[in-house]
Amino acid sequence: MAEDHTPPLEVGSFSLNSRLVVGTGKYETYEVMQDALAASGCDTVTVAVRRERLLDDQGRSLLDFLDLDRYTILPNTAGCFTTEDAVRTARLGRELLDQLGNPGKDWVKLEVLADKATLLPDPVGTLEATKELVADGFTVLVYSSDDPVMARHLRDAGAASVMPAGSPIGSGRGIANPAAIRIIIEQLTQTEHGGDPSYPVIVDAGVGTPSDVTIAMELGADGVLLNTGIAHAKDPVAMAHAMRHATDAGYLGARAGRIGKKLYASASSPWEGVIATIPGE
Amino acid sequence: MRICVNGTDQDVPDACTVADLLREIGLLGRPVAVEVDRNVVPYANHSTFVLQPGAVVECVTLVGGG
Repeated sequence: MAEDHTPPLEVGSFSLNSRLVVGTGKYETYEVMQDALAASGCDTVTVAVRRERLLDDQGRSLLDFLDLDRYTILPNTAGCFTTEDAVRTARLGRELLDQLGNPGKDWVKLEVLADKATLLPDPVGTLEATKELVADGFTVLVYSSDDPVMARHLRDAGAASVMPAGSPIGSGRGIANPAAIRIIIEQLTQTEHGGDPSYPVIVDAGVGTPSDVTIAMELGADGVLLNTGIAHAKDPVAMAHAMRHATDAGYLGARAGRIGKKLYASASSPWEGVIATIPGE
Repeated sequence: MRICVNGTDQDVPDACTVADLLREIGLLGRPVAVEVDRNVVPYANHSTFVLQPGAVVECVTLVGGG
């Protein structure tokens, strides 16, 4: 009997029951976000760290809508363009989650961005910040480009997971360079390339549809992190549900061993016993 | 004395602690992480950490993000 559930995803000392990690930004309402998170089946959600403002007109905040007993919070350093700002933001996130008693205080989704237009990671700042945060005791999940060499540097710097972008953040363009993602996965996880089979690679960013998620997982990714693809869908709750199944489908399919690609057709029904006249025979 | 809170100058009494400041701006008791001059002030120290003139304070919380 085939397994109906995927095994947990281990990242450092964290164990994620769902291989789909979902962001909490850009939803039309907090209620929609709550329902979408539940439909996605995720147990880890990303959040951002920002200056506190006085309460909005309705006096509501994100934390009023996140069940901290249900979700492990993964704070990000989104919006940071320097190593120093990313490290400061990570430490503030840890302080907040420590106050809240959430296990997410020990990890961070590290982003050191190059500019607002592309939101591409700055490789130099990203590497420096990874080293600094690892030395400070963080479990670092690091947003990277789809450059296999950079991925190796980040792994060697102590990142618990390298998270290559499928395509630019929020673009919905899917897995723009599947070969690069596949090379990253092979380099970091296959022993013949000096990798560790238990090293987690999570595709982060640009994933717009369930098929994008499945492609990432079929390439061998251990998980997918997305936000806009659900939050900005016409029906975020239905899309979250679809993304959940797409994650499992890709994970299971990748391990089932796909057929080889052929140039010509291969009939599934036997030729033997056919009553028809076959052209050319 | 004058300090800077979340990018805005603000006058607070001398010997103002982090907890005093949070009470003043209506954030005491809310989940807020505080940084003074680029160093985190742990929650346990909020009521004893005394702000100095010119201190640059950041009060942050968690918001939706990806």
